[in-house]
Amino acid sequence: MVTASHRGGASVLARQRARAAWVFLLPTLVGIALVAGWPLARTVGFSFTDARLTDLSAARFVGLESFLSVLEDPDWWTAVWTTVRFALVSVLLESVLGMGIALVLHRRFAGRGLVRAAVLVPWAIPTVVSAKMWAWMFHDVYGVINAVLLRLGLLSEPLAWTAEPSLAFWAVVMVDVWKATPFMALLLLAALQLLPEDVYEAARLDGAGPLLAFFRITLPLVKGPLMVAALFRLLDALRVFDVFYVLTGGGSETQPMAGYARQWMFEFQELGVGSAAATLLVLLIALLTAVYLVLGRVRLDVGES
Amino acid sequence: MTRVLRRVAFAGLVALVLLYTLFPFYWAIASSLTTGSALFEPRPWPAHPAWSNYTQVFAQQPFARNILNSILVSSGVVGLSLLLGVTAAHSLGRVSFRGRRTLLLALLGVSMFPQVAVLSGMFELVRGLGLYNTLPALVLSNLVLTLPFTVWLLTTFMRELPVELEEAAVVDGATPWMVLTRVFLPLLGPALVTTGLLAFIAAWNEFLFALTFTLTDAKRTVPVAIALLSGGSAYELPWGLIMAASVIVTVPLVLLVLVLQRRIVAGLTAGALKG
Repeated sequence: MVTASHRGGASVLARQRARAAWVFLLPTLVGIALVAGWPLARTVGFSFTDARLTDLSAARFVGLESFLSVLEDPDWWTAVWTTVRFALVSVLLESVLGMGIALVLHRRFAGRGLVRAAVLVPWAIPTVVSAKMWAWMFHDVYGVINAVLLRLGLLSEPLAWTAEPSLAFWAVVMVDVWKATPFMALLLLAALQLLPEDVYEAARLDGAGPLLAFFRITLPLVKGPLMVAALFRLLDALRVFDVFYVLTGGGSETQPMAGYARQWMFEFQELGVGSAAATLLVLLIALLTAVYLVLGRVRLDVGES
Repeated sequence: MTRVLRRVAFAGLVALVLLYTLFPFYWAIASSLTTGSALFEPRPWPAHPAWSNYTQVFAQQPFARNILNSILVSSGVVGLSLLLGVTAAHSLGRVSFRGRRTLLLALLGVSMFPQVAVLSGMFELVRGLGLYNTLPALVLSNLVLTLPFTVWLLTTFMRELPVELEEAAVVDGATPWMVLTRVFLPLLGPALVTTGLLAFIAAWNEFLFALTFTLTDAKRTVPVAIALLSGGSAYELPWGLIMAASVIVTVPLVLLVLVLQRRIVAGLTAGALKG
């Protein structure tokens, strides 16, 4: 009798709490619906119309026409290839470099705190600003990079780093790697610091060298965090816009998918076509994420703490 | 002997890391202090350091206005994100109810879809609300970047608070609102600083919306102003001015990072790994 009423009281309380939880969530849900849900739905909606920037109300439903005109455009496929290649190359370089820096910072040495703070600097600098800083260093005539390479005898004549499409791609990769490696390094450092010391002690006693210990112990143990961090960076890199815009000026040969979509929306004023391109980008990202999560067997643990 | 050699090699490695991360910033400072034709002869440090680029960027450009715009937009975004985020995080972090997991996954999804995917819809919304070329348009659109991760991050921090405090307060008859404001909020100070800082940096750096939803120089934020900075002649960019502007907006961020480094690292790792 007593226990039954007690249980009933608890469930009333639980229901009250759940109701309060939804009230607390309401402002945020409304906010997200307004700034994310609604605009996304409208973008997808626009992609089935011939909407032009000048008069959105005149938009007519045209079915898949906008999608077809994007898919038939060779510039689109150049953008797809640029974006995917950019994402894979940068994230790979960031992982390797980030792991290197994390291993250095994992050691105890005088001034480690300061070095760790210094490593964060590129991450804190706005993307546009770091792209401009690098654009100046990449300047074909007056840039310090060409000057140093010439002085070292590695080049016989200055290179047009940001004008030549094949070089510009690598210039953009270099800027992105510089900016995003700290993020990777810090996440990996956090993972490294959770590793148990005694495993390494045992490995040393068994005569394993540092290289073997790294590949047999460290790498398997930090694989989970590494895969999650790489996924975050991959998603970031697939929606890249700023670095390309500042460094290459949005030429059709060195343009990411987001740049292509924006160009159609606002420069060519074909909002419908641009929206179709943006929708395709979302689909591609969703697809790649799904493949990554399945193939990498990554678990995003969102449930209980 | 090998130990000495190893220590030297390790010090060299640290130096290399520092050179790699800091050189572009150093080069921007050096260039910003160089004027006239000296800018076009790369040398390790400015021979005759001068401040004229710094004074000119404020005299020739509405750069003070741009900085003010960025401060207003970023502060607005941080304020709104924290206000909305903290109540939502209370629900998601402390109460188990049906659909919580789905909501968290949806938040994660929103924080990952590309900005350009909402661009045309947001443009219509901004214009429909009569906000085109105004700062509120940027506050509104930036929420799509900051709100999901603010909620997410505050949820992870909220989960770490001891359950006993909450139980004691509930036994004393506190409503959920009182638990949030009287018990949790005072404890969440550091978490709010961390989250607010990350949201501030995200809003301060935002480029795509700021580029698309503003039209006039006076409404631009700092990244757009720097990206579009051009000189008197159409042929040569004023690199000295651009570098001065870059250094001006970077120095406060670098100082913040140096001072709040631990907090930032805690925020980044909590947001990315505990999720």
